[in-house]
Amino acid sequence: MSKDIHIKKGLDIKLKGKAEKATKAASSSSVYAIKPEDFHSIIPKLAVKVGAKVKAGEAIFYNKANADMKFPAPVSGELVDIIRGEKRKILELKISADSTQEFIDFGIKNPKEMNGEEIKAHLLASGCWPFIKQRPYDIIADAAKAPKAIFVSAYASAPLAANYNYVLDGKEKELQAAITALSKLTSGTVHVSVGKKGKSPLEGLNNCTIHNVSGPHPVGNVGTQIAKINPVNKGEVVWTITPQDLVIIGELLLTGKFNSERIIALAGSSVKNPQYLTTKIGASIDSITKGKLENGSIRIISGNVLTGKAQSLKGALSYYDNMVTVIPEGDDYELFGWTAPVFKKISTTRALTFSWLSPNKKYDLNTNTNGEHRAFVVTGQYEEVFPLDIFPMQILKACMYKDLDEMESLGMYEVAPEDFALTEFVCISKQPHQEIIRKGLDVMLKEIG
Amino acid sequence: MGLKEKLHNIKEQNKDKKWLPAFSAIHTFLYTPNETTHSGGHVRAADDLKRTMNMVVLALVPCLIFGMFNTGYQHYAAIGEAVDFLSWDAFLIGLIKILPLVIVSYVVGLGVEFIFAIIKGHEVEEGYLVTGMLVPLIVPVDIPLWMLSVAVIFGVVIGKEVFGGTGMNILNPALTIRAFLFFAYPTWMSGDKVWVHGADPRVQNLIEGAKPDAISGETVLGALAQGKELAYSVSDMFFGFIPGSVGETSTLLILLAGLFLIFTKIGSWRIMLSAVIGALVMGLIFNSVVSTGWITESSKFYTLMSTEFWHHLIIGGFAFGVVFMATDPVTASQTNKGKWIYGFLIGFISIMIRVFNPAYPEGVMLAILLMNVFAPTIDHYVVQGNVKKRMKRLKAKVA
Repeated sequence: MSKDIHIKKGLDIKLKGKAEKATKAASSSSVYAIKPEDFHSIIPKLAVKVGAKVKAGEAIFYNKANADMKFPAPVSGELVDIIRGEKRKILELKISADSTQEFIDFGIKNPKEMNGEEIKAHLLASGCWPFIKQRPYDIIADAAKAPKAIFVSAYASAPLAANYNYVLDGKEKELQAAITALSKLTSGTVHVSVGKKGKSPLEGLNNCTIHNVSGPHPVGNVGTQIAKINPVNKGEVVWTITPQDLVIIGELLLTGKFNSERIIALAGSSVKNPQYLTTKIGASIDSITKGKLENGSIRIISGNVLTGKAQSLKGALSYYDNMVTVIPEGDDYELFGWTAPVFKKISTTRALTFSWLSPNKKYDLNTNTNGEHRAFVVTGQYEEVFPLDIFPMQILKACMYKDLDEMESLGMYEVAPEDFALTEFVCISKQPHQEIIRKGLDVMLKEIG
Repeated sequence: MGLKEKLHNIKEQNKDKKWLPAFSAIHTFLYTPNETTHSGGHVRAADDLKRTMNMVVLALVPCLIFGMFNTGYQHYAAIGEAVDFLSWDAFLIGLIKILPLVIVSYVVGLGVEFIFAIIKGHEVEEGYLVTGMLVPLIVPVDIPLWMLSVAVIFGVVIGKEVFGGTGMNILNPALTIRAFLFFAYPTWMSGDKVWVHGADPRVQNLIEGAKPDAISGETVLGALAQGKELAYSVSDMFFGFIPGSVGETSTLLILLAGLFLIFTKIGSWRIMLSAVIGALVMGLIFNSVVSTGWITESSKFYTLMSTEFWHHLIIGGFAFGVVFMATDPVTASQTNKGKWIYGFLIGFISIMIRVFNPAYPEGVMLAILLMNVFAPTIDHYVVQGNVKKRMKRLKAKVA
């Protein structure tokens, strides 16, 4: 039962610096880093000590609350450093990579012949489980709770996002193996969304329902697709997983190896020759961007400009990301910036802002907030870019005053911070929407669970 | 070292000072700050609250300038010396009378805002930029400046700051100021002597050569409420060559400002449109009451009820209130569906008050304030509709 999804509410933020469809290998990273903060709400418990030799796929830490949930080393090598923050919180585990990579052999499996329990055990043991996330709460899936459906979005609509049709080309076998395995984990359906235009490597897959999606961002957000296909109700759970992580699971099943290699996009207006690169999870930003950046004050983001995390050159590609965006910092003043006509920035109003004149123009946005933080004042603005059947301002306010009943009844189980990235972008009061939603979800997770 | 660097250094060196918000208000007026994103998305759209508020102020400027010409024009008409509408004589009278109102409104209002910002340690908010411009436009021209100051202080403190500032208030601050004046100093705010400069006997002795008895400065609504014949044509009322509060008379300019606000997406077209519909519906009801003969010419409501329904849109402060005050996003309904209901009721109730209560010939102020109070209730039921849909979906699953 395929269902096409088309939305009208939303906004395509068109930026300069789209990645050219050409792939090169990134210069090899000597040190790879895994950041436990990429796995929200997980408290890590170390499985190895500094100085230990690990193979690719070997667990380096596990979830304190659930020792079965293991987090693997993306490469083989030596655990050289553990960086800690306040209260000895683990911030980063650094692995210096061997020149020849060794993999743990998890054994070749045929997902068609396995049952759900076997697949679950295999994914947990091999460290592939963290790729599966769940709604509500937008955290790593709880293996004990069966999902009513599993969603994969293979259409990226975020600004400058890596084109899945390009980066997954030729990975059909891996994707099919992973989808078959996932289909055993739910009594419902595995929903795969592909772009209406273009040929997706996922559109011929079996054991899942394919949906064609079209429209502006956030149509590619898995949250939008869940809302349109099968929204989450109280007490229900759905799982989500990104296509690039499906490839890793597929390869694990087909070869027995945990291979963290992926093709990422290096994009943004501060990148010389933006293009695609082959690299691995946790690769250092330096190895990805070396010699490719413009001079001047820049911000490097692992992920896209709406939901990614800022990184320094010493930082690393985050666990779930398949792109690095680099844009100019905006730490400068602008004379009469609040009243002068604006031609070089994007706006959804026409308040002497002229981006409505040229909808296809590409912009070179910087990180300036273009104004100060204020209380919520303007109304009706978020609804224009927010396709879910939820009142965005009301739910944000409910999160701010932590009214659990209200959050629940307004639809908090259905949302993730990324769903509020566009409302945050257009917000005249410059409120931190994603942070508000994340904190709201954390309160609910703690109180209701 | 340029001004930019100098101001930046002052800001950096005085981060812990209490007066910094006052400095920042001026600093950010000159320069959009160098603030960058630090959580969530890394880029932001171009608009901020200053820009939004500035659009409304821009839309008000034509009304203000027209008001200056009209003040002089009405003054000379009242004392029996005809001058051209677009003449320096007319404009000068208006400028001399209205500029002090604007200055007092801004100085007093922003003064209160600055004091609160410093005491509470938050930035000076932009809400008063619009309020400060609205206030001189909705008061009679001869209002004493001390009275205006008292009202502005009341309106900003009780109408807004006690709730927590811009974005938190329940009542529109500009209308709170006007309502305060209306109830505290009724003789200065209503009647047939206050709307034209020099018409009020209390200020007549200040003007040389005034002929006290010759002056009448009734508003259209005032005249209608008393069942008098109208001295003005429809085109006079539409273009605004009539007595009234400073900025409310020209329906044409208000209409253009409304279209500008809708085009820039700053003002809500839902509220404006539904308020007009609401007013027309109420007007039609009254017209049909008259035409069915339920009410006769002896009734005190007859003249206002028999006013053609669409005339209500161009007389009094209806148009001004609907375009500039009903659309205040903080005090209006916040949901799109709610805006339709809210706007409709404002239009409907405005005309109702106008007709039934000749003592308050201007209904739109009270109608908007009343609906300000009910806006959260309207929103509550609209949001509950969404909540119920979600509950239903869950029940359908369980069943």
